[in-house]
Amino acid sequence: MATATFRIWRGERGEGQFRDYTTETSEGMVVLDVVHQIQAEQANDLAVRWNCKAGKCGSCSAEINGMPKLMCMTRLNTLPLDKPVTVEPMKSFPHMRDLVTDVSWNYEVKKRIPKFQPRRPDAPDGTWRIAQEDVERVQEFRKCIECYLCQDVCHVLRDHHMHDKFIGPRFLVYAAALEMHPLDVADRIPELTKDFGIGLCNITKCCTKVCPENITITDNAIIPLKERVVDRFFDPLSKLFKVFGGSNT
Amino acid sequence: MEIGPTTHYVMGGVRVDGDSQMSDVPGLFAAGECAAGLHGANRLGGNSLSDLLVFGKRAGEYAARFAKENALGAVSSQAIESAEKCALQPFERKSSENPYAVQHTLQDVMQDLVGIVRAEAEMLQALERIRELKARSERASVDGNREYNAGWHTALDLHNLLTISEVITRSALHRKESRGAHFRDDFPAKDEQSGKFNIVARKGTNGEVQLAHEPIPPMPQELQQIVEEMK
Ligand code: SF4
Ligand code: SF4
Ligand code: FES
Repeated sequence: MATATFRIWRGERGEGQFRDYTTETSEGMVVLDVVHQIQAEQANDLAVRWNCKAGKCGSCSAEINGMPKLMCMTRLNTLPLDKPVTVEPMKSFPHMRDLVTDVSWNYEVKKRIPKFQPRRPDAPDGTWRIAQEDVERVQEFRKCIECYLCQDVCHVLRDHHMHDKFIGPRFLVYAAALEMHPLDVADRIPELTKDFGIGLCNITKCCTKVCPENITITDNAIIPLKERVVDRFFDPLSKLFKVFGGSNT
Repeated sequence: MEIGPTTHYVMGGVRVDGDSQMSDVPGLFAAGECAAGLHGANRLGGNSLSDLLVFGKRAGEYAARFAKENALGAVSSQAIESAEKCALQPFERKSSENPYAVQHTLQDVMQDLVGIVRAEAEMLQALERIRELKARSERASVDGNREYNAGWHTALDLHNLLTISEVITRSALHRKESRGAHFRDDFPAKDEQSGKFNIVARKGTNGEVQLAHEPIPPMPQELQQIVEEMK
C-alpha cells in the first residue's frame, strides 16, 4: 500500500507549528479521510471540524497546499503525493485549535443584513406571481453552503483585516440574492455602499475561483450590486436628473 | 464502481409519545432518527425528511410548552460531581488503550456479526465481543486538553456506543423472525405473532439490559381507512 506524508498545523490560538504524519493511503481517499486516519492512529487529540463528508455542510474548510478547499471533497489523486501535503486552518478567522477556526464573525455579519421583505401579495388568496426568469437569476446564490472559503481567500479580509468595514464575498452573495429576489422590496443599497463596504472589493475574482459550489460570485453577484450602487449614488446622469428633477415638475 | 448493501438508518431509538415526542424521562424529548417507532420495521427513502420536519416541530413546541409549565428540577450536586469525574477519567488513565481502536473494532463486530444478514450463533458471539470491548473501553485514555479534543469525545462516546450495540444485538436475537430491515438467516419468514409487539429495552437494577414486549397500538381508524382506499 502507498504511503504519503501530511504536514498538519498543530497548535492553539495562533501559536503552533507544522507536524509531519506519514500514513497509508488508498484509492479514492479524500484529505478528510487522511486527517481522520491520522487522528485515529497517531494524534487522537487533533482538532478538526467536519460533518457531512459530502461537500454540503461547509464545515471542513481548510487550506490544502495553500489553497482554500473542502477537505472532504479534495481527492488525493488531485494532489502531488511525492512531497508532503500541507493542511492548515483558514487564515481569515481567529484560530482556535489545530485545524479549527472561530467563524462566528460571519454569523454576526449575517444578522446585520436587512431581511427578506416581500411585496404585498399579487392575488387575493395571499399568493404571488413570479416570472420563471426572475426565479432563475437568484437560484445560483442559494447553493451557498457557508463554507467561508471565499471569505478566507479575499485579500480585504485576509491581508487587510477589514472585518469591521467589509462583509466579504459570501455576504455580498447573500445580499444579491435578496436584492434580486423578485418579491423583495427592502433597500440594501445605502448600507452596501457604507457599512458593508462593497467599494472595497476590487473584482480580483479570487473568491469565485475557490467557491466549491461554483457560484459566479464576482460576475453575477458583486458586479450587479456595484452597478446598482453606481446607478444610485454616482451616475452623473441621474445626479443631473436629481438636480433638475425638482424644477421640471 | 463497487456497490453493496449498507447500514444507513436505525429504526429503533428512544421511545417517545407520538404527539408530544416526550420520552419516559419527563422533559426529555426526541425527534428524527434518534426517536423510535415512526417507520415500523423499515424506513422508506425520503421519509426521514418528512419525519424530522413534522416531529421536530412537534418536539420543539411541546418542549417549549413543557419548559413554560414546569420549573427547573433540582439538580443533585453529587450527581454532577460524579458525572464530571467519570468524564475526566480518560485523561487520568495511565493505560494506552486507544479509544478509536475500540470504536473501530466495535464497528467491525457489529457489521460482521449483527449486520444485514443475522443469525443466532453470530449474534451470541457479538455479545461476547461487546463484553470484551466494554472492558477495553474502561481503559481508554487520551492526551491533550479539553478543548476540541475529538479523542476524548470518542472515549466518552464508547459507553453509549457499546450500550446501544448491546441493545440492538439482544433485541435482534429476541426477534425470531424476519421483518423489514431485520433479516434473520435462521428465521427467514415473517411471524404473525411477532408482528403484534415492539421490543422495549430498559436498564435493570444492576445496569443490565432488560427486554419487554409492548403491544403495538391498533391503527387509528382514519389511517385504516386510507390504507383500505389504497388497496
Ligand atoms: S472579487 Fe472582491 S470579494 Fe472577491 S476576492 Fe476579490 S476583492 Fe474579495
Ligand atoms: S459563496 Fe461559495 S465559497 Fe463562499 S461561502 Fe458560499 S459556498 Fe462557500
Ligand atoms: S464535511 Fe461537510 S462540507 Fe466537508
